[in-house]
Amino acid sequence: MSGMPDDIARVAGLSHRYGKVFALAGVDLRIPAGCTAGLIGPDGVGKSTLLALIAGVRRIQQGSVAVFGGDMRNPRHRRQSCPRIAYMPQGLGRNLYMSLSVFENVDFFGRLFGQSRQERKWRINELLTSTGLAPFKDRPAGKLSGGMKQKLGLCCALIHDPDLLILDEPTTGVDPLSRRQFWKLIDRIRARRPGMSVLIATAYMDEAEGFDWLVAMDGGRILATGTATELKSRTGANDLDTAFIRLLPEEKRQGHQSLVVPPRAKDGDGPPAIEAQELTKRFGSFTAVDRVSFTIERGEIFGFLGSNGCGKTTTMKMLTGLLPATSGSARLFGQAVDAHNLETRKRVGFMSQAFSLYTELTVRQNLLLHARLFHLAPKRIAGRIDELVGRFALGGYLDVSTESLPLGIRQRLSLAVAVIHAPDMLILDEPTSGVDPVARDQFWELLIDLSRHQGVTIFVSTHFMNEASRCDRISLMHAGRVLASGAPGELISSRNCQTLEEAFIAYLQEAERDDMAVSAPDAPLAGAARERFGGNGAPAPAFFNPFRLLAYARRETQELSRDPIRLVFALLGTAILMLIFGFGITLDVDKLSYAVLDRDQTPESRVYLENYAGSRYFREKPPLTGYDSLEQRMMSGELQLAIEIPPGFGKDLKRGRQPVVSVWIDGAMPFRGETMKGYVQGVHLDYLSQLALSASGGKPRLLPAGIETRYRYNQDFKSVNAMVPAVISLLLVFVPAILMAVAVVREKELGSIANLYATPVTRLEFLLGKQLPYIGISMFNFLVLVAMSMLIFRVPLKGSFPALACGALLYVTVTTALGLLVSVFTRTQIAALIAAFVLTLVPATQFSGLITPVSSLSGAAAVIGKNFPAGYFMSISVGTFTKALGFHDLTAQFTALACFIPVLLVLSLVLLRKQEA
Amino acid sequence: MKKLINIYQLGAKELRSLFHDTVLLIAVIYSFSFGIYSAANGISHELHNTAIAIVDEDRSPLSRRIADAFRPPYFRQPQLIAIEAVDAAMDSGLYTFVIDIPPDFEKNVVAGRYPELQVNVDATAVNQAGIGDGYIQNIIGGEIREFIQGFRGPAPLPVELLTRVKFNPNLTTSWFVSVMELINNITLLSMVLTGAALMRERERGTIEHLLVMPLTPFEIMAAKVWANGLIVLVAAGLSLWLVITGLLQVQITGSIPLFLGGTALYLFSSTAMGIFFATVARSMPQLGLLFILIVLPMNILSGGSSPRESMPEILQTIMQFAPSTHFVTFAQAILYRGAGFAVVWPNYAAVSLIGAVFFIAALARLRKSITLSI
Repeated sequence: MSGMPDDIARVAGLSHRYGKVFALAGVDLRIPAGCTAGLIGPDGVGKSTLLALIAGVRRIQQGSVAVFGGDMRNPRHRRQSCPRIAYMPQGLGRNLYMSLSVFENVDFFGRLFGQSRQERKWRINELLTSTGLAPFKDRPAGKLSGGMKQKLGLCCALIHDPDLLILDEPTTGVDPLSRRQFWKLIDRIRARRPGMSVLIATAYMDEAEGFDWLVAMDGGRILATGTATELKSRTGANDLDTAFIRLLPEEKRQGHQSLVVPPRAKDGDGPPAIEAQELTKRFGSFTAVDRVSFTIERGEIFGFLGSNGCGKTTTMKMLTGLLPATSGSARLFGQAVDAHNLETRKRVGFMSQAFSLYTELTVRQNLLLHARLFHLAPKRIAGRIDELVGRFALGGYLDVSTESLPLGIRQRLSLAVAVIHAPDMLILDEPTSGVDPVARDQFWELLIDLSRHQGVTIFVSTHFMNEASRCDRISLMHAGRVLASGAPGELISSRNCQTLEEAFIAYLQEAERDDMAVSAPDAPLAGAARERFGGNGAPAPAFFNPFRLLAYARRETQELSRDPIRLVFALLGTAILMLIFGFGITLDVDKLSYAVLDRDQTPESRVYLENYAGSRYFREKPPLTGYDSLEQRMMSGELQLAIEIPPGFGKDLKRGRQPVVSVWIDGAMPFRGETMKGYVQGVHLDYLSQLALSASGGKPRLLPAGIETRYRYNQDFKSVNAMVPAVISLLLVFVPAILMAVAVVREKELGSIANLYATPVTRLEFLLGKQLPYIGISMFNFLVLVAMSMLIFRVPLKGSFPALACGALLYVTVTTALGLLVSVFTRTQIAALIAAFVLTLVPATQFSGLITPVSSLSGAAAVIGKNFPAGYFMSISVGTFTKALGFHDLTAQFTALACFIPVLLVLSLVLLRKQEA
Repeated sequence: MKKLINIYQLGAKELRSLFHDTVLLIAVIYSFSFGIYSAANGISHELHNTAIAIVDEDRSPLSRRIADAFRPPYFRQPQLIAIEAVDAAMDSGLYTFVIDIPPDFEKNVVAGRYPELQVNVDATAVNQAGIGDGYIQNIIGGEIREFIQGFRGPAPLPVELLTRVKFNPNLTTSWFVSVMELINNITLLSMVLTGAALMRERERGTIEHLLVMPLTPFEIMAAKVWANGLIVLVAAGLSLWLVITGLLQVQITGSIPLFLGGTALYLFSSTAMGIFFATVARSMPQLGLLFILIVLPMNILSGGSSPRESMPEILQTIMQFAPSTHFVTFAQAILYRGAGFAVVWPNYAAVSLIGAVFFIAALARLRKSITLSI
């Protein structure tokens, strides 16, 4: 490209911190254009932060970043340069959508960059062919191997022909063959488009040897820049690993020396520590571990070398009894592995891949807990802990919460915990991943000491070649199988290679040749797309582009349709809850149990009681025998009502002596008691009317005027008629809000939110695109609820259906927007779920007229009720269902609902960031 | 013995973790204090501030007298509206009651011509309408009688009715709501705390760590049950003492130790359910959605918010298998009606049995659950 400045990016005085921790401390850097530039250094030195700041996905805190000669603080420049940058975040497939197929993933990115169908088809075809992914076009991204995921990520990044490709640790955890293929691919792409700059962060020093220009980083600072040769000659080192350690400041290198592994003294007595025969593990149709056999001698350091997902962890879990093997057998110290055998477990220490101690406890508490759980004699505990603290150099951290420990210290603590009971064997699953080289060497010193001086058998897995070469023997694993086993030296010489990595690749190639012949085809004609489709591969940046919005909506729908639990909740959740609420929140009081204490037993008393027996509200139980049984049966809750007819009732009635009937009501449930009081009064008055009628033949008049009650809208006065329409309103606020909030926060948790930061999609397109499918789902739910109301609950819709449907559309737009707003504040799905639940359910049940009419609310309750959408839709729902209302009568409610939409959207827009903090 | 020590140690760790989790701790404290207080004062089934309007076509001393009789706190100040405005006002739900006093009402009453006065009720406000109707009848009747007779009180009747309300003589709603809210919160929190505790261990991998130590799944689960159960039990006990009988002045008739004993049994079954569902779900968000579909029905259909006998038979039968139904039943029996162990033991037995079933089911699933992808 003409007019390109010599530097693709210029960074000056750049500092960045997370809380109190500085990720970058005053970095000044000029990265040359048109070459492959690499950032090297262990995890946590600020590489990712620097890349994210250059890509424009993270907000600049202090200092300046200029890319393509423009200021990345300037939103206008960011918007314009965004289509020219491609950014692939750290982690296997972090920016991919795991439930979407390979094709759908790339297609989504093509749509975000506004490419036509034809163009997308051509480009995707070309990219997939050139990366060897074409045969797996329809496989979900989640089911790809690590290497394939990274290739797919690269396809997604390259779909729009970027001028600057930023890759954050693209090969971490990928097997060496795939890694090699990945770099060849990058080379080929660069060969076709020499103008493209590539900026890569990596923790593998051997990879970095092949880059044009390097930046060595540590502790948020630049240690050195230059070509690999320059760095090596400056430090007088043979390889970059050593060069890097020599570049480190003095205090970090302290005590570091090249690691020497003393030879193992053979002691061949007793059965081997671990013996695995034909171990196999299948998950459904997927074979994670395929007929793996190996033997580990006592006192040996045995290594498993392989990529992420090749079955290392699964094999280790089978050996510890965590997973039952599908077939095959495993023996520890000559005994078959049995999940229920507690004795063997006492002889084994285990350290799993992720840090698995209790982060909320301090170092001391973690050690104490494990000492006690292993039942160390109480007297010995303090001594043992002191010993370990000394040996593992944890003294300075004893009362620090483990959460705040640096990774290297955490791993030392994990190891200390794993050996607290002095086990004979240690099983360590990738104990050093993510740990810097110096700390890694320190960790290995401890392992070697345990093995050589205490005779502990160590079974360790790793994806670092230099660690594997320290083991006595290793197994090379790939795709669930052991490719070869032996001492590292033997393996290298048997394939006539120089290094373990080359040997591993040789074995991998042999294995793949057996599997299928996937030879990487020729490089893509990546440059040609521009000539063919014009422009620079990206449309002019726009504030609003409906196609990008639809791309998001389409993808959200695809994802949702493949997530069974969310889908069931989305489609059936409201229906299930409708059944529960519809039948459950009944305000009807009927089928009340009562019993009678008839001390009169005359025809007159029976006439009085007939009125109860005939009522639909009451159900008669066996008669009472006295006050004791009355007390007892009401206490147990068997009876809600007891009636006592006094002795001589008939006689007194005839003589006009005003006999008194006593009634006891169960007041435990006040609302039911209150209603029962009314019923009893009513039955009594009925009886009096009948009495008067039979005596005088005229209508009895207890008052000089009549009071006629007209139940409007709900003549039968059935609770269901009012409750069901109200419940529709309740369900359409809380289910859509929860679904919506979770849908957005999921992207934050899984990392695909990075696509909002790194692609030209605007916040409005993102929000509306995510919202659209949920509006659709909510409207589907609305129809189901209306159908259920009419068919199951037999509540007729008396008013206008169009009015109800329009109201519902407005309403679910508001409630999903409410979910969007919640999602902006929350960071984890569970927090989003709880927040959406609490924030919608409380105002919707208490302040929107479900039980108490809005007209009776006062104070804060009234204010909340008026500023929450549920009450307005409740009026529309109840109005159209029971009051036969139409559009005209509900104008005020429609207007109110419509007003919520812009307010909520603007709030979400303002609060949502287009860049990471 | 070693088993007991393990259960104790693991439970102590559970408590330490919980005290470290400020958000959950605040949730527990809030639910058992302010949550109960506000529910008791917020949800009212009593008549309160009812919106009422009067169409006075009579404009006589009697009609004014009737209008003046409606007063706070039961009713809002009645609004005088024109007859033409009635339909629109009721359509938009402005008033639950509209009383129409016809022309010449007073004259006709005095002349003994038995005029009819109309009370229009918005029957979609089911709760208010049902209770309010009786109040209105009594108020209007009283006013008319006093106007005619010069004193209040009914005419003598051939049979008198004496109604006594047992257990809650004044039918105070807050007595009921506060205790039921306590019960709902016990269900919700015990399940969420325990379920989330296991899910967190699954997501962080610490559960695997425990399972490779010389510990059995039984010990791991028993520790979660006692630790989380204890937290909720203590919180519930304090809430009953300080908030319900203290602040809200609810009269508890029965034995509080008996109730807390039953609560402990119930907590066994609810925490076992929490663990069980945490072994079924694959991730924390799934667990959250699952809990919504389980805790809401458990609380709503157990008889703690509306009378169970009015629900469809089939629902009543199904809910016999939910421990919360038995919890609500014995809580009401003990706390309101002063029932003793002789009355509530079947519920205690049912709660324990259901708890045992879930505990065993969870025990069978615990090992398997860690293989589910997270």
